[in-house]
Amino acid sequence: MLELQNISFVVPGEGGGKTEILKDVSFTVSERFVAITGPNGSGKSTVAKIIAGIEKPTTGRIILDGEDITDLSVTERAKKGISFAFQQPVRFKGITVKDLISLAAGTNISVASACAYLSEVGLCAKEYINREVNASLSGGELKRIEIAMINARSTKLSVFDEPEAGIDLWSFNNLIKVFEGMYERTKGSILIISHQERILDIADKIVVIADGTVAQIGSKSEILPTLLAPTGCRYTAKEGNGYGKA
Amino acid sequence: MAKLDSIQQNLLQQVADIHEIPEGAFSLRVNGESFGIQSTEHIEIVKKTDQPGIDIYIKDGTKKESLHIPVLLAKTGITELVYNDFHIGRDCDVTIVAGCGIHNGGSEKSEHSGIHSFYVGENSRVRYIEKHYGEGDGNGQNVMNPTTKVFMEKNSYMEMETAQIKGVDSTDRATTAKLKDGATLIVHEKIMTHGEQYAKTYFEVDLDGEDCGTHVVSRSVAKDHSKQLFVSHVNGNNRSSGHTECDAIIMDSATVSAIPEIEANHPEASLIHEAAIGKIAGEQLIKLMTLGLTEKEAEEQIINGFLK
Repeated sequence: MLELQNISFVVPGEGGGKTEILKDVSFTVSERFVAITGPNGSGKSTVAKIIAGIEKPTTGRIILDGEDITDLSVTERAKKGISFAFQQPVRFKGITVKDLISLAAGTNISVASACAYLSEVGLCAKEYINREVNASLSGGELKRIEIAMINARSTKLSVFDEPEAGIDLWSFNNLIKVFEGMYERTKGSILIISHQERILDIADKIVVIADGTVAQIGSKSEILPTLLAPTGCRYTAKEGNGYGKA
Repeated sequence: MAKLDSIQQNLLQQVADIHEIPEGAFSLRVNGESFGIQSTEHIEIVKKTDQPGIDIYIKDGTKKESLHIPVLLAKTGITELVYNDFHIGRDCDVTIVAGCGIHNGGSEKSEHSGIHSFYVGENSRVRYIEKHYGEGDGNGQNVMNPTTKVFMEKNSYMEMETAQIKGVDSTDRATTAKLKDGATLIVHEKIMTHGEQYAKTYFEVDLDGEDCGTHVVSRSVAKDHSKQLFVSHVNGNNRSSGHTECDAIIMDSATVSAIPEIEANHPEASLIHEAAIGKIAGEQLIKLMTLGLTEKEAEEQIINGFLK
């Protein structure tokens, strides 16, 4: 189980002041699927980076299975079983898709295994396996490779920052199948930052973050109706993601 | 023929990926002297009489044959200048593996300068692989200054892969080429420098013929206090296409200069140059660290991939 205890994150602001990105954020992740949602700029991605160790919280603690991991590095947390799929995947000149999946798996996997991970995310493995992860790949292709890497890692906690962005042509049903398959393999928790109703719809728990604080926490049945009701659209109206339009 | 010792065998492995004297045509030079020469039915190797070096004659129509011409220096304090001329006939398809390995265990400078001239016949294809490698526990410097001159006849094709990854303290590389109608020259250069090393690399390609073209691509990594200079001139003197690219990763206190120059002397010359120098992107390191690699391991993976 992952537990965030009273996390705050403060950065230097304009004119020598300070900006509070996160304020006293606390929640736990022990369920199969937990979704974080909320308006753009509310601090959702910062929460994911704090869990992965990319950002250090100003105050508060992060507990993984009873162990305080607040001061552990990105590498140490990865080894403890945390995986993180970036919102904007990184490109590498010269490193191939197979190289990255092998690094994710922690061993030089066979071509057949690498192909299996790629097929699962809807990529024709033969065409991709030896391609460089460089500017020749589209954003959507990179997102799927990013998901394949998390699959190859198979850790007890997988964090996805807006996995649906850029993969419109690939149906959401397939994405959801990937998450379900991942759970079957890991029996761990999958934490997904998303605006998409169909992804929120599979969540066992939804955490709504707005203005850097936890605005609501609850089960899908408690939270979804408030997000979908006309008055509940305050988090999405201006950004046009449109809950319920999926 | 005498046997190679273990140091020489290791150098041979590093520069030519072979342990022993290769089959087929070869010329092996060890410690400033010819160690052995072997011609074949289609590839004739002749020692020059007026200066150090060899003339290589590849007969018209020679296909799927290879030629190895490694140079090994395993004594400290040797300085040599060698002239090798490659006369490649028409309609050939050959692979030429050159390379120089220096093991300098002493305190004096070891230096090898090779001047290679390629005369590539009509419709011939040549793959030229050249690796430079240095090692040794002494204080003596390892210096290599290769000069490559390429003359390409109509519709010929040459691919040149050069690599200098380790142990060369100073290098001044110069490559010039003249292309006739329909000829294509592809160059892939890889360089890694560390410590106090210095590497200069210079390309000059004259696109003289109609519809000829070139790609000159250099990828390099500069570590520690090393210095690199990349200069390229591509001259479009006819309807032709040229592309020159220098991509460098800079680390520690190293310095890299890139001076790509293109000159169009014909209205239908199409020329592009690109140069990018930068440190490893922080997000690349972080991505690999989220896979469980340490920062140092992540850096190694990124560099290995970049120079692959």
